[in-house]
Amino acid sequence: MTFEQWFYSLPLRLRSFFRRTQVDQELEDELRDHIEQQVKENLAAGMSPEEARCSALRAMGGVTQIEQQCRDARGGNLMDDLAQDLRYGFRQLWRSRGFSFLAILCLTLGIGANAAVLSWIEGILFRPYPAVAHQERLLALAGTARGETGATEISWPDFLALQRSCTLCDAFFVSKITGSTLNIGERAEVTRGSIVSANYFDAIGVRPILGRGFEAGEDAGSDAHPVAVISYQLWRNRFKGDPQIVGKMQRLNNVPHTIIGVAPEGFYGTFVGWAMHFWVPASMEETFESGGYKLEDRGARWIEAYIRLKPGATRAQAQEEISAIAKRLENDYPSTNRGRGIRLWPLWQTPFNNAATLLPTLEIMLAVGAFVLLIACANVGNLLLVRSFARRHEMTIRFAIGASRIRLLKQLLTEGLILSTLGATGGLLVAYWCRHALVLLFPERSGVAMYLPGEIDWRVMSLSAGICLMATLIVGLVPSLQTRNLALAGALKAGSTGVVGARGKAWARSGLVVFQVCLSFVLLVGAALLLQSLQKIRTASPGFSTTNVVQTGVSLISAGYDVPHAKTFQEELMARVRALSGVESAAFARVTPLGYGTYSSTPIAVDGYQPPPEEQPAIDYNQVSPDYFATLGIPLLSGREFTRADDENAPLVAIVNQTMAARYWRDQDPIDRRLQVNGRWVRVIGVAADSKYESMRESPKPFFYVPLLQDFVRGPALYIRSAQPLQSISAALLREVHALDPNLALYETITLQEQVDRSTSPQLVAVNLVSILGGLALLLAAVGLYGVMSYGVAQSIRELGLRMALGASTGDLFRRVISRGLRLTAIGVLCGAAAGLALTRLFGKLLYNVSPNDPLAFAAAVAVMTITSVLACVLPAWRATRTDPARVLRD
Amino acid sequence: MSKPSDLVQGTLDMLVLKILALEPLNGWGVSQRLKQMSSEVLGVSDGSLYPALHKLEQRGWITAHWKLSENNRRSKFYSLTRLGRKQLEKEAADWNRLSAAISGIVKFKEA
Repeated sequence: MTFEQWFYSLPLRLRSFFRRTQVDQELEDELRDHIEQQVKENLAAGMSPEEARCSALRAMGGVTQIEQQCRDARGGNLMDDLAQDLRYGFRQLWRSRGFSFLAILCLTLGIGANAAVLSWIEGILFRPYPAVAHQERLLALAGTARGETGATEISWPDFLALQRSCTLCDAFFVSKITGSTLNIGERAEVTRGSIVSANYFDAIGVRPILGRGFEAGEDAGSDAHPVAVISYQLWRNRFKGDPQIVGKMQRLNNVPHTIIGVAPEGFYGTFVGWAMHFWVPASMEETFESGGYKLEDRGARWIEAYIRLKPGATRAQAQEEISAIAKRLENDYPSTNRGRGIRLWPLWQTPFNNAATLLPTLEIMLAVGAFVLLIACANVGNLLLVRSFARRHEMTIRFAIGASRIRLLKQLLTEGLILSTLGATGGLLVAYWCRHALVLLFPERSGVAMYLPGEIDWRVMSLSAGICLMATLIVGLVPSLQTRNLALAGALKAGSTGVVGARGKAWARSGLVVFQVCLSFVLLVGAALLLQSLQKIRTASPGFSTTNVVQTGVSLISAGYDVPHAKTFQEELMARVRALSGVESAAFARVTPLGYGTYSSTPIAVDGYQPPPEEQPAIDYNQVSPDYFATLGIPLLSGREFTRADDENAPLVAIVNQTMAARYWRDQDPIDRRLQVNGRWVRVIGVAADSKYESMRESPKPFFYVPLLQDFVRGPALYIRSAQPLQSISAALLREVHALDPNLALYETITLQEQVDRSTSPQLVAVNLVSILGGLALLLAAVGLYGVMSYGVAQSIRELGLRMALGASTGDLFRRVISRGLRLTAIGVLCGAAAGLALTRLFGKLLYNVSPNDPLAFAAAVAVMTITSVLACVLPAWRATRTDPARVLRD
Repeated sequence: MSKPSDLVQGTLDMLVLKILALEPLNGWGVSQRLKQMSSEVLGVSDGSLYPALHKLEQRGWITAHWKLSENNRRSKFYSLTRLGRKQLEKEAADWNRLSAAISGIVKFKEA
């Protein structure tokens, strides 16, 4: 039938399905009409009325048969069949509830795991900002530096230049994460917020439900516009939904801000990982960021931005335009912009939020999810194979009385469809429950839970439906392999006693089990690799000591201290802390290693070092107080530490790390050489050992330190080396701080080990996720193996009885069953090992100092798999030993 | 579906299409016309006519309407569709080719 015909006759077919009685009535009328005409004709020809009617009916033939033939010809059957198959399928599945429950459970877990992963990918990577208009055209914008991989922040003047000149985007806005302690009433808590450009709310298409967004110009000037928009949640929970909130004052970092608006419900800002609760214009940057007034400083790179493409523009075109602008900036401002580029990233690769940390994990999860689904399908296929054997008799009879093979195949596919639809429904429920679960795998930071919502939208739904259809095909087609060679006579004769005839079938079932073992083995290897990697990364030395050092801080900026007051306070506090019993040493530093803060960065110059052309070496540095190296346990390789004498009046000095010394002084001693920092020359006084600065996974990079007093910040972190327990240090410290100023609060006090653990939380998340799904896969595979073994034992009961009668001991039988199970496992493990060697490369991005083909991980996986399969075989084997030979032989 | 054994397979469809190409008719009319036109040689039973009509309707070649017949009875009238006309042309051409070939062979034997 051509498409045209099909389309033409569609209404007819629908009519014969939905208006069946009417169609039947019409058919009857049509035939009666014919007969009446014939009768009339016959009467006219002179027959008696009775004779006329009989003759007419004879000429027509069996009216009922004709009606049926007409109905067949109409072909409304397709839907009739479907309805019939559905009814029949439900009845069949209901009759074997245990089987159906198990099958649906397997599919629910398999489809649920996939739907959950898809919802995370959608909600975290692809559509992370639900309330924002046209997310599909949003791109992240950040800087690059020649000779460095990864992204850097950009400066405010550069942003303004881009915003002015970019023609391919219809929105260009800044959103930089920050935080503030919020004191409302009795409660004080850390709240996350964003520093944004004034066009922020207009650009993302979010209208405040109360008050207004920012106005043009509010992002200019130094601390010029203390206004804030607050989130709906904050308004509801902390301000009790006060309708008069607009115009009220709220201190943020101790600066009174006027609340000018309330964002709508469901808007959480534009940062993957945290829900934002307040927004302030860029003019308030000094209040929230260290480093002073930066809006006119092209060298101060601190902002993160997004653009939205005009409809029809591509990322490549926009990148071309922006690169041209960056090139122009580079020419116009060589001292700050040499070697600097600007790059666009798709949202899911955003380099400056948690999208970047979660991307490799979620990528892996896609593959892991697919594996779990395949294992689940294999399990259900296996269950169906067993059942199709039990139903062979039924199938044979239906075949014998005229059902076509296609019709039987349809029936099987319909049953598969029912199973997988129920499984998919369950799976979507599972995904719905798990959509926010990713957060649970992350440790809390500063008492604020992360915000990583999954999103179940039409895209996730339709992908899940696709997965469900695929599962239907797999699940429905496996047993239909069996109907392919139904030997009518043989099967009917054999009757329903179920003699195991086919080697082929056992082979198919065993094949499925081998497949499952193989897939779960790969997952086990993956989980083992990640676990090993986590172990290594957590025990690896970050280059500073992690025991007996705690880290905290005092919020001086929020408390409104100016620089001279802050200096005095820091000095007094340090003296008091050192005097505490059990404190070995203490120090301040601006940025905590492996923490969330950004290091200062500067272009440098070194006497005698010629940088490659077109490249401006820029290096991160930290501002640290005397005793920093002693307190953190970073060894000094030569030279000396900073002392109290290295203050603002003394000559400028710096301590460089090993890598920097080797790169810029080429194995000569850098001590007493000159180094240009921010345009000023400083003297190198020491070389420190390398340590980890931003991530445990980074490779050694050049880095240096300057004295805190020569580049002062008001809110540094405080480190204390002491053997005392954390709580007692924290309590003692709080006492000393309050003795100096009762209004001050301490930041969260944690050990440096905790800091390392937090910085490796993405690895922990990957381990948890892969372990959970790997465990699930293992369980499913064990169920599959158990099923095959039990069935095998049940089928060969005669053989077992015979063996027993001939003198086999129960031990022999036990070993026989177990060894058969292990043989299947061994084949599966071999296949899995081969697949694993090829596939574990996928884990490469997540691994730390572990080879993807690490033999230990493979060995561990073999051990777990073997133990699991022995456990799965014990019950069937035990059942084999309970065979009663007399009864079996009698039957 | 049973088919008259002495009717070449598929020919009934073509005959019905041809008859309906002349004028819309109800089932009775088609059966009468078949008898007249073929001088009752073909002997299509009324029983096999209706399934054929329904099949053709299903294929989109003919379409049906209920209307009043000459003697004021509600009756189901079939008429040819655009698709049906194309199909008829195709089948007629096929038939002509086939019958020409067969009669050629038959004549050749006689000679």
